[in-house]
Amino acid sequence: MILKVLKYSFSDLIRSRWSYVYLAFYLVLGFVLLFLNENLSKAVITLMNIVVVLTPMIGTIFGIMYFYNSREFTELLLAQPIRRRTIFLGQYLGVALSLSLSLVVGLGIPFAIYGITQSSQIWDFTALLVSGTFLTFIFSGLSIYIGLLNSNKIKGFGYAILMWLFFAVIYDGVFLISLIVFDDYPLDTFTLFASFFNPIDLSRIMILLKLDISALLGYTGALFQKFFGTGQGLVVAFIMLLLWVFGPMLMLVRKSSKKDF
Amino acid sequence: MRLTIVSILLLLVSHRGNTSVWDVCATCSIQTIEEAVERAAPSDTVRVQKGVYVCEDIELRKPVVLLGEDGAVLDGLGTGYVLKILSDSVAVSGFKIINSGRSYTKDFAAIYVFRSSYFTLSNLEIVDPFFGILLEKSKNGTVVNNRVYGVSKREDDSGNGIHLWHCTNIIVEHNEVYGLRDGIYLEFVDESKISKNYTHNNIRYGLHFMFSNHDEYVDNIFENNGAGVAVMFSKFIIMQNNRFTHNWGTASYGLLLKEIYDAEVIDNSFTENTIGIFIDGSTRINYTGNLFEQNGWAIKVSGGCYTNKFYQNNFIGNSFDVSYNSKMNDNSFNGNYWSDYTGYDLDKDGIGDVPYRPVKLFSYIVNNTPETIILLRSLFVDIINFSEKVSPVFTPDDLIDNQPSTFSFQ
Amino acid sequence: MIQLEHITKRFGKLTVLDDISFAIENGGTFAVLGPNGSGKTTILKIILGMVLPQKGEVVVHDNKVLKTWDYRKAISYLPQIARFPDNLTVNELIKMIKDLRNMPSREEELIELLGLEKFLDKKLGNLSGGTRQKVNIVLTFMFDCPILILDEPTAGLDPVSLIRLKDLIEKEKAAGKIILITTHILSLVESLADEIIFLLEGHIHFRGSLGDLAEKTGEKDLEHSIASLLE
Repeated sequence: MILKVLKYSFSDLIRSRWSYVYLAFYLVLGFVLLFLNENLSKAVITLMNIVVVLTPMIGTIFGIMYFYNSREFTELLLAQPIRRRTIFLGQYLGVALSLSLSLVVGLGIPFAIYGITQSSQIWDFTALLVSGTFLTFIFSGLSIYIGLLNSNKIKGFGYAILMWLFFAVIYDGVFLISLIVFDDYPLDTFTLFASFFNPIDLSRIMILLKLDISALLGYTGALFQKFFGTGQGLVVAFIMLLLWVFGPMLMLVRKSSKKDF
Repeated sequence: MRLTIVSILLLLVSHRGNTSVWDVCATCSIQTIEEAVERAAPSDTVRVQKGVYVCEDIELRKPVVLLGEDGAVLDGLGTGYVLKILSDSVAVSGFKIINSGRSYTKDFAAIYVFRSSYFTLSNLEIVDPFFGILLEKSKNGTVVNNRVYGVSKREDDSGNGIHLWHCTNIIVEHNEVYGLRDGIYLEFVDESKISKNYTHNNIRYGLHFMFSNHDEYVDNIFENNGAGVAVMFSKFIIMQNNRFTHNWGTASYGLLLKEIYDAEVIDNSFTENTIGIFIDGSTRINYTGNLFEQNGWAIKVSGGCYTNKFYQNNFIGNSFDVSYNSKMNDNSFNGNYWSDYTGYDLDKDGIGDVPYRPVKLFSYIVNNTPETIILLRSLFVDIINFSEKVSPVFTPDDLIDNQPSTFSFQ
Repeated sequence: MIQLEHITKRFGKLTVLDDISFAIENGGTFAVLGPNGSGKTTILKIILGMVLPQKGEVVVHDNKVLKTWDYRKAISYLPQIARFPDNLTVNELIKMIKDLRNMPSREEELIELLGLEKFLDKKLGNLSGGTRQKVNIVLTFMFDCPILILDEPTAGLDPVSLIRLKDLIEKEKAAGKIILITTHILSLVESLADEIIFLLEGHIHFRGSLGDLAEKTGEKDLEHSIASLLE
């Protein structure tokens, strides 16, 4: 049943203008970056910086937009003999999958044309698509959850944008300031844990491990050294991202089973 | 210099025709190296055939050529020095040297050269020594094509691969050194040339200069050492066309310049080092034609550094291009290529129309609170970097590349 | 059979339904009436499980159904406002609902009855309100369910379609189904309803046939009866 719901919301989404806009945006972005940079590895690096900020934003906006726009569809489904969980998971997966598909196809085509599959950058590029997909799932889930909490469209939209802003900018600002203020204390455990609680930071760290390992290894803390110097960092970041996908999903299911429509 | 060449020629001419070759092997009439050397006249050759020869503290006190054939192994039995060269014009070549001694009080070496001139050490393979080749108070020698390697893990119980002390005019070329404390070490060494060596995986430095002047090192590769090259308290050093890569770790760097005056750093490449060049109290140094790629910090400046000039270097994809620990700046960065440069070039003359600020606010923050490194590339950090760029408060406001190149130099 | 036991529903501080109980044992048409905001739609949605009450239990066909879902196989629902995903065509929507319910259906007959043939390949977003309501009716009546819940089924319908709808409801009633209906069109109530359930201030203010109502209020027509109930 969940597959049926997913199928319909997915097909609804891939027909909507916005998916094409999103897909076209990534296509253009990919081609422009490759054109400007001439070389694959620089384009991948630039893209990494963009993807970490952009996929959460688009996931957030798209998730909340879809939630409010598909109220009719949701109500139609609610009157059918279908579990609520099935309906909302199906819709969530529909949004997340169609966005991820736009990301992978939109960036994949230009880079494939420029020969990424034969280059040494293929792993960096794959890591980029994987973390972009993670962020899409996490943020569309969070924003649908916010939609469930707020019947008022304007409020819901506002909160969703605020949520994105929080994770993308504010969190790091508070994080940075608290590191500077508590400079005299040993901070590496705090630092690592604080970055676990922000999925954007987690994906960013996965990227740092690729691009800035030279700088990261300059830090003295033993925990840092262990985290960054071995494959451990990547594995832990990956697991945390998985948890970040399932957390909002569970909250979404729980909230949906209690809500009136 | 001319005088030395003339004297070499004279030496060769005067002995021409009457030198003899002494063979050493298990079945020869001479079975030990000591005996052959004893019987050899100056300028004679001692040819050691295949086999393992016990060789404890053998002293060469006359100008002989000691030649190892394929498979000739000198075994020091772990007691002390293996070979001691105490005369001028000695050549040693072609041996594998094992089991030279270790000590916490004496600098045992596989090959020890003392007060010698015109010596040549070549084609030697020195396995797991304390010191590999140790030169003291010698001059006009050549150390070429040797391989010195160990399996050292700790600094305090290992020695250096090729160690020069109070030497002049030595050529160290085409050697490979790995798994020791310092790959190549020079202290009070003048007018010498270190070239085409490959030092890697040493615990401390790939190449280490102390109190040495008028030297040059070119075309070397320093890879994955504790730190690449440390040049300290020296003057007039030319550093050209070397490769510094993968020198990773806390306070690790490709090149350390400490109290250096009047040096040239030309056409080197620094890739994937935690710090490309760490400059501490160094003055009147020119840096040009270097490539800094994917380093944590391409250049870190500390202490009083004056009139250093950086021009026509490539800075590509470094986490931080330049980092300062103060607001003072007396060095110039002009006409370099910076991959992070985002300005434009309307008149298409290859020089960006907007100046570039290589020091970012975030590098200042990381200097003070190292943990913040984890926020690198965060949107928030980009925002504060941008605001600092617009109106510098914490970083030197005169540290600007006014003529940033819009293309990378070849 | 539908049975509501001590249903209480509050939205925030506002108590919409206050300890309501009633049972519908046999087939027939039941009109749920009441002033605006009296909780008509809420009752219907509670039966459907779309709104969850704070207290009470809903029993359908002898099973407690709150928080379950498969009892909805027995229910067809016509929502108050005909809103559908804009990007789907009428045909796709019908197919989708069929696919989701996986029951025998008779949509062709209804499409013909309501004259929807020429709209089948149009996107729902481009249809007028009345046409959408017709689609709504097709979706509701195409399955053979023992319970029909109709929330303002006449909204936006032209007179011809209104007559068709009445016929449809009559037929379903004749088949012995339970039909719960809310409407503002009192003539529809007069011609169709077997019983009236009148909600006021969170309680069932009146329940009985049209005759009972006339008797109780002493008014001749429904309009005046209801007005007097509200006094």
